[in-house]
Amino acid sequence: MLRFIIRRVVIIVPMLFIIVSITWGLIRLAPGNFYLGERKLAPAVEKNLREKYGMDKPWYVQYWKVFRNFGQGDLGTSLKYEGQSVNQIIWRAFPVSATLGLCAYLLALGVGITTGTLAALRQNSWIDYACTALAMVGIAIPNFILGPLLVLVFALTLFWLPPALWNGFPSKNIVLPAITLSAIYIAYIARLTRSGMLEVMRSDYIRTARAKGLSERAVVMRHGLRGGLLPVVSFSGPALAFLITGTVVVERVFALPGLGNYFINACFNRDEPLIIGIVAFIAIAVLVLNLLVDISYGFLDPRIRYT
Amino acid sequence: MRDTSTNGNLLEVKDLRTHFETEDGVVKAVDGVSFALKQGETLGIVGESGSGKSVANLSLMRLIPDPPGKIVSGEIHFGGRDVLKLSTREVRDIRGKQIAMIFQDPMTSLNPLMRISKQLMEVTQLHLGHSREQARAHAIKMLEQVGIPDARERADSYPHEFSGGMRQRVMIAMALSCQPELLIADEPTTALDVTIQAQILELIKRLKAETGASVILITHDLGVVAGMTDHIIVMYAGKVFEQAPTAELFARPGNPYTRGLLRSVPDPLAEQGSLYQIPGLPPDLARLPPGCPFAPRCERAEDICRTEFPPFVQLTREHHSLCHFANEIYAESKGEG
Amino acid sequence: MNDEANMQDQHTADEAAELVVGSSLWRDAWRRLLKNKLAVFGMIVVAVIVLASVIGPTVIQRATGYAYDVMPKETRLNKSFPPFRSPEGGFSWTHPMGTDNAGRDILARVLSGGQISLMVALIATLVSLVIGVSYGAIAGYLGGRIDDVMMRVVDVLYSLPYVIIVIVLLALLPAKTPTGQLAELFFALGAVSWLTMARIVRGQVMSLKNQDFVLAARATGVSTPKIIFRHLVPNALGPVIVYATLTIPSVMLSEAFLSFLGLGVRPPRVSWGSLAADGAQTLAIFPWQLIFPGVTMALMLLSLNFLGDGLRDALDPQMRKQ
Repeated sequence: MLRFIIRRVVIIVPMLFIIVSITWGLIRLAPGNFYLGERKLAPAVEKNLREKYGMDKPWYVQYWKVFRNFGQGDLGTSLKYEGQSVNQIIWRAFPVSATLGLCAYLLALGVGITTGTLAALRQNSWIDYACTALAMVGIAIPNFILGPLLVLVFALTLFWLPPALWNGFPSKNIVLPAITLSAIYIAYIARLTRSGMLEVMRSDYIRTARAKGLSERAVVMRHGLRGGLLPVVSFSGPALAFLITGTVVVERVFALPGLGNYFINACFNRDEPLIIGIVAFIAIAVLVLNLLVDISYGFLDPRIRYT
Repeated sequence: MRDTSTNGNLLEVKDLRTHFETEDGVVKAVDGVSFALKQGETLGIVGESGSGKSVANLSLMRLIPDPPGKIVSGEIHFGGRDVLKLSTREVRDIRGKQIAMIFQDPMTSLNPLMRISKQLMEVTQLHLGHSREQARAHAIKMLEQVGIPDARERADSYPHEFSGGMRQRVMIAMALSCQPELLIADEPTTALDVTIQAQILELIKRLKAETGASVILITHDLGVVAGMTDHIIVMYAGKVFEQAPTAELFARPGNPYTRGLLRSVPDPLAEQGSLYQIPGLPPDLARLPPGCPFAPRCERAEDICRTEFPPFVQLTREHHSLCHFANEIYAESKGEG
Repeated sequence: MNDEANMQDQHTADEAAELVVGSSLWRDAWRRLLKNKLAVFGMIVVAVIVLASVIGPTVIQRATGYAYDVMPKETRLNKSFPPFRSPEGGFSWTHPMGTDNAGRDILARVLSGGQISLMVALIATLVSLVIGVSYGAIAGYLGGRIDDVMMRVVDVLYSLPYVIIVIVLLALLPAKTPTGQLAELFFALGAVSWLTMARIVRGQVMSLKNQDFVLAARATGVSTPKIIFRHLVPNALGPVIVYATLTIPSVMLSEAFLSFLGLGVRPPRVSWGSLAADGAQTLAIFPWQLIFPGVTMALMLLSLNFLGDGLRDALDPQMRKQ
């Protein structure tokens, strides 16, 4: 187990290297610069700007500088947001995205697992169809459509919830964004749980549990759920990666000051340090989270023994 | 306390019918099966796959999944009560405590995600009200009784850490934890190596002697029942085709199907020749022909067999056969014996 | 006893039968699919929308002159009108879905958007199919270290949010021509979804490659690429088809949100995603601008999912046999 963890941790470094390099390369290949789009400036002005941002040095020096600073934990200064270091920005924006993502995924797990299990236990009944239909909503309606729709109904018509912006954690502002973000995961988790539970409940060891005289409730909760939820756990790994892209859209729709929103703006602004900083941060976060998911899978299923 | 119902029988099954609704129609997996088991006896139920032997026994504990299955009619008298008329809670009380079952494939029949100790403790905690410590001590004792070496250390392992034979022993330990009056063993050795098979059968025999339980042994393998059982019933297409005390069945079968089965057992002492096999395949239970279900494959079949359902002929006090020509077949085997 | 010998014979006979009678297996699956009401519903809706998107814009243009990029000359018509409303305020058939802020007919825009969305989804899925199937088949067949390495790469890639990189790519390096833009989208999106396909195909190939027909092919000297692509891949098709049907909506969704962010399909071209983006702006006052593209897209995604599920159920017994 330990060797497995070490191997995965070790792989993060080269991965990071490749990702940052690719990103950096793409940025450099892009026509235009951050400070003027594609207009032309007077040569003197341009020279000053380039010096200020260290862009008069040859490209490989700049490339090396990126990594050297990385090693020291310095992600540079934003080119667009005057004077703010990338570290600062990420430090501020990350909690917003993390809270949003966490709330959304927990909501998705709660609703998804419950509906999926219900549907599986009452297969082909009206409960099953209702739950499956509910799950389908999440698949059919993209988050960038669901979001505005929810806003229209709950914020602009009913005035129950604020339509946008961020207000710290336990505030009403997180409700609509979290629901919007979680919708598609509710759908997937419900389906996975349903099929996982259906398969597990058909297996021989469930029959054995019943033959021992256990109540149906004990059979489902103690024996069934364990196996039935395994697909959900293994889904959580890649789900996290998709969640990140989901937050980009949701933050945009609701104007939340999270990493996703900053990231898109940075892309449009050609704000190189910020782009690279966020990409690197996200990459590390995702790799670490995936590792955690895989480890927990090992705990849950004793048949998997990582070497 | 050993409850017995009428006639000193521990278990009496009367005209049990269990049907399944499938895409292809109604499958009458068990269609009018009756048998009885005395206390302390071992009953063997023999049949090919699809004969209904497993379904009949799952019906005993009402373990038939509904849908698509349903116990349509019949009576199952156990401990002075009709199991089919009990409430779900009462049935659950019986399961694992008075009647216990072990299944064919111990790998899939044990929860792969739960420790063996926990799976064993569950039963006694539920039925005997054991505390954690009591249940655990009892579980280890049972594991030792079934011959698991280093039971104390290995109790907390997971099923996949055991070999097939060991897993089956664990299942037996689990089943006998509450000292049930009846143990149903559904093909307990089919998934195991031949050498292990013998060990498991010996184990069942020994435990039966030690605990006084009655046993129903289900198998397709006549060799298995030969040394283990007091009585045998032969099932085919959901019906009982023959029932007799073991020795009598082997020596003087009264039914062509039974004779076919006996002839299919390879005799190592016989001269080299082709192995006998009952021709044809078991019938499609959703589309049974009128008359005797074995007629298409029977070498003795005549017109009456194909049109009229055979009678259940009593050959001796304890020997019955479902055949139009039961008496003739019986006489022939008597002659050969 | 005899059972084992019989089972072995039966097993080989089964294998042979499976391969020879390929067509009747598909026919069985087709029949099963038709029994599934949701799947049939999905099929019909998909067919209708596809048909409408393919011929709709041309028909509409011929009949009424409206198209996705046609703005009315009169300035008084450069406004967003609700569905079925004429500029004067009465009922009118001219704009069943209303108009957008510049007066362009939304029905025409939705159908044209459909053209683009469908095309992108299809071609991107094709790209991911080609990459995924080849990669997975090769890894599965070669096995050993090569397979190890190849799958390790997949594992690592799987856990990355490379959509982020795609966003960087599309934001910073937009192609100059509209066709170029589309091509970029095809490859970007295709590159995102090939991973699971590769895994599925590899799994299939690994379970197939030890069967006798492969041995037979090798014994007669068939070359490795031929074995992989001519013998193994066709037999692995079942799960591939199912997964492809489920990839299409997911790619469609990706294109849609990229267009929503302004990175996918750009003006003057439209896709459902970009229409939704425009519509979301004025949702409070002109809700129809979001609702019509939104509903169309939702219907399409839903139907594709039903169809995909139905296909999976229909092909399942086949897949289980393999």
